[in-house]
Amino acid sequence: MFKKLAISTVAAVTLATGAFAAGGEGHIEDFDFSFEGPFGAFDQNQLQRGLQVYTEVCSACHGLKFVPIRTLADEGGPHLPEDQVRAYAAQFDIYDAALDEDVPRKPSDFFPESALENAPDLSLMAKARAGFHGPYGLGINQFVKGIGGTEYIASILTGYTGEEKEQAGVTFYENTAFPGGWIAMAPPLYGEDVEFADGHDNDLHHIAADVSAFLMWTAEPKMMARKQAGVVGVLLLTLLSVLLYMTNKKLWAPHKKKH
Amino acid sequence: MGGIPHDHYEPKTKGEKWLHSRLPIVGLMYATLTAPTPKNLNWMWIWGIVLTFCLVLQIVTGIVLAMHYTPHVDNAFASVEHIMRDVNGGYMLRYMHANGASLFFVAVYAHIFRGLYYGSYKAPREVTWIIGMLIYLLMMATGFMGYVLPWGQMSFWGATVITGLFGAIPFIGESIQTLLLGGPAVDNATLNRFFSLHYLLPFVIAGLVILHIWAFHTTGNNNPTGVEVRRGSKEEAEKDTLPFWPYFVIKDLFALAVILVVFFAVVGFMPNYLGHPDNYIEANALSTPAHIVPEWYFLPFYAILRAFTSEVWVVQIASFVTGGIIDAKFFGVLAMFGAIAVMALVPWLDTSSVRSGRFRPMFKWWFALLVIDFFALMWLGAMPAEEPYASFSLIASAYWFAYFLVILPLLGVIEKPDAQPATIEEDFAAHYGGDADKSAE
Repeated sequence: MFKKLAISTVAAVTLATGAFAAGGEGHIEDFDFSFEGPFGAFDQNQLQRGLQVYTEVCSACHGLKFVPIRTLADEGGPHLPEDQVRAYAAQFDIYDAALDEDVPRKPSDFFPESALENAPDLSLMAKARAGFHGPYGLGINQFVKGIGGTEYIASILTGYTGEEKEQAGVTFYENTAFPGGWIAMAPPLYGEDVEFADGHDNDLHHIAADVSAFLMWTAEPKMMARKQAGVVGVLLLTLLSVLLYMTNKKLWAPHKKKH
Repeated sequence: MGGIPHDHYEPKTKGEKWLHSRLPIVGLMYATLTAPTPKNLNWMWIWGIVLTFCLVLQIVTGIVLAMHYTPHVDNAFASVEHIMRDVNGGYMLRYMHANGASLFFVAVYAHIFRGLYYGSYKAPREVTWIIGMLIYLLMMATGFMGYVLPWGQMSFWGATVITGLFGAIPFIGESIQTLLLGGPAVDNATLNRFFSLHYLLPFVIAGLVILHIWAFHTTGNNNPTGVEVRRGSKEEAEKDTLPFWPYFVIKDLFALAVILVVFFAVVGFMPNYLGHPDNYIEANALSTPAHIVPEWYFLPFYAILRAFTSEVWVVQIASFVTGGIIDAKFFGVLAMFGAIAVMALVPWLDTSSVRSGRFRPMFKWWFALLVIDFFALMWLGAMPAEEPYASFSLIASAYWFAYFLVILPLLGVIEKPDAQPATIEEDFAAHYGGDADKSAE
C-alpha cells in the first residue's frame, strides 16, 4: 500500500513541478560553470578574472560588505598571494574612528559597501536569486546545476536588448532575464570592458560568466569544502548502510526462513 | 512493557543491588532494550528512530550555532554570514541545521501518516497520539521561529504574516499579536523572544518525546496487522515478538543510515534546495517580497488558511451568523488550526473496530486520497492566491475535513472489513515462512 502510494505521489509531484517550472519569469540562459555538480570546483583563474571585472566595473556602484578582503588569499578561492591581497585592500579607504580620518583598508577589513544607495550589495547575490526555481521548479535539476544564481546574474549582464524607456524620471533598460523585462541598472558590461593580463577572452559572454563565477565564490566561499564533506559523508554512510544491511539480514535470517 | 510478559532485570552483584534499590536506572535501560516488539513491524516503523536522531542533531548543531549567532536586528544577518565564512565548519553546522529541520518534518509526516493508516491512534494508544500531536505543534512553532533567526527577507515577512494570523482572533487578537511580537511590529524584541523560545522549545519537545515513548511502552507497539501481541504467557508473547535489541535497533539504524546518505547528499550538494533565495537578502521592512511563501512543511496548512476567502459561502454564513465576528481571515485561521485539531481527535472520530488499514477495503482508498490531498495542498500552498489554485485549495481543504469528520465516522459503520490474522505470528509466518516454534527462539 505504502509503496504504491509513494510511487504515485512521487510521480504526481514530479508532474506538478514540471508544470510549474514552465511558467518562468525572465529567460535564464544556462551557462556552464566549472563548479556545477557534486564534484565541480571553482576555477581559480576565472575567479581572479571575475575579481578584476568586479573591481573595475561593478564596484563603482555595488559593494561586498560581508566578504573579508583577506579571504581573497584563501585556497579554493581566487587564492591571491598575500602581498597582492594587501595591495588590493589598500586601494579602498575606511574611516578610522580613533584617528578620525580615512585610512587604507587592511586585509582583515571587509570589502566596501555599495557606493550607490539603490545598488544592492552583491556578497550573496548568487544565492539570493535563482535561475532554476526549486523546490517547486525544476526539482532535482539543482543537484547538477545548483540554484542557478550565477546563471541569473550572467543572464542579466548579457540580457540587455538596447531598448530604454523613461518612467517617472527614471530610465529603465529592457532586459530579457529580468522579471518584468525592465531593469533600472544601466548595462554595466558591453564586452572588452576590461583587459586581462593573460590575454583571456574579454567578450561580453566571457566577462559576464567570469564575474558571475566570482560572485558565486563571494556568496559561498566554502563551496568546495562543503562538496568534499558531502562526498566523504555520502561514501562513508553508504558503506555503513551496506554493513548494517548485511548485519540486519544475518540477524533476522533465522527468523525469516522460508519453508 | 504493555503487560507483555517478559524477563525483568535482576541485580546480581552487591553493587548492582545497592544501586537498584536506590535508582533502578539499569533496570530501566534493560527494560528499554529488551522491550518485546512485534516482529512483523515493517519499514514504516523506522521513523521514530529517525525523529529521535533529528531532535538530537538539531539540538547539538543548534547549541553550537547559538554560540556564534547574535540575536539583534543589526547583527543577526551578518552573524549568520560570519558562521558561514569564519566559524570552523560553520557552513556545515548551519546547512545541517537548516536541512535537518526539513528531514525532521519529512520524518514526522511519514510517522503521522503511518499512524493514520495502521490505526496507531486507536485505543489504547490515544494518549501516545495526543502527545505526538503536541510534539508536532511544538515542532512547527520551533521551526517557524528558527526560520526567523537568520533575519532575511522571508524571515521578516514570514514572521509578519504568521503573527498577523493571531491578530485575526476577535477581541483579544491584537493583544496576543503584540505579546508575540514584543511591540507593534516585527522588530528586535520579536527576534530576541523568538531566539529564546527557539532554544527552549526543543527541550520541551525532548520531554514530550520521553512521555511519548513511555506511553507506547505502556501499551506496547502497534504493528501492521493491528492485532495485539498475545499476553497469556511469556512463551506465547515470545512467538509474536522479538526484543528491541538487537533486532529493531539494527534494522532502524540501517534505515537511518540510508536516509542519512540522502541527507548528506542534500547538505553537501544542494543545501539551498529547500530554502528560499529571498532569505539571502537582509530583512527590510520597506521592501515586501513578491511572493511570501512559508517553508515547505507548512504549505499544506498554509493552503487551508488561504482557501477560505470571503467569497466562500461557508465563510459568508459563519460571518452572518456571528454578526461579522468570524470574518474570512479569522475563519482561515480557525480552519488551519482546525485541520490539525481534527487530526488530533482522530482516535474518537474513527468508529471502525478494525485497527489496521490493511484489512479495511474501503478505508484504503479514502486514505490514499488523503495522502494525495496532503501533497496537493502542499503544492497549492506554494502557488499564488489566484484561480484556478484558489478553487483547488478549497476542494482539497474540504476533503481534509471530510476525511476526518465524515468519512472516518461513516466507514466504521458501512465498511465490511477483511479477515484479520489471529496472531502476529501467523502474519509473520505468512510473509516469511519460518515455522512457529523456531521463530520464538
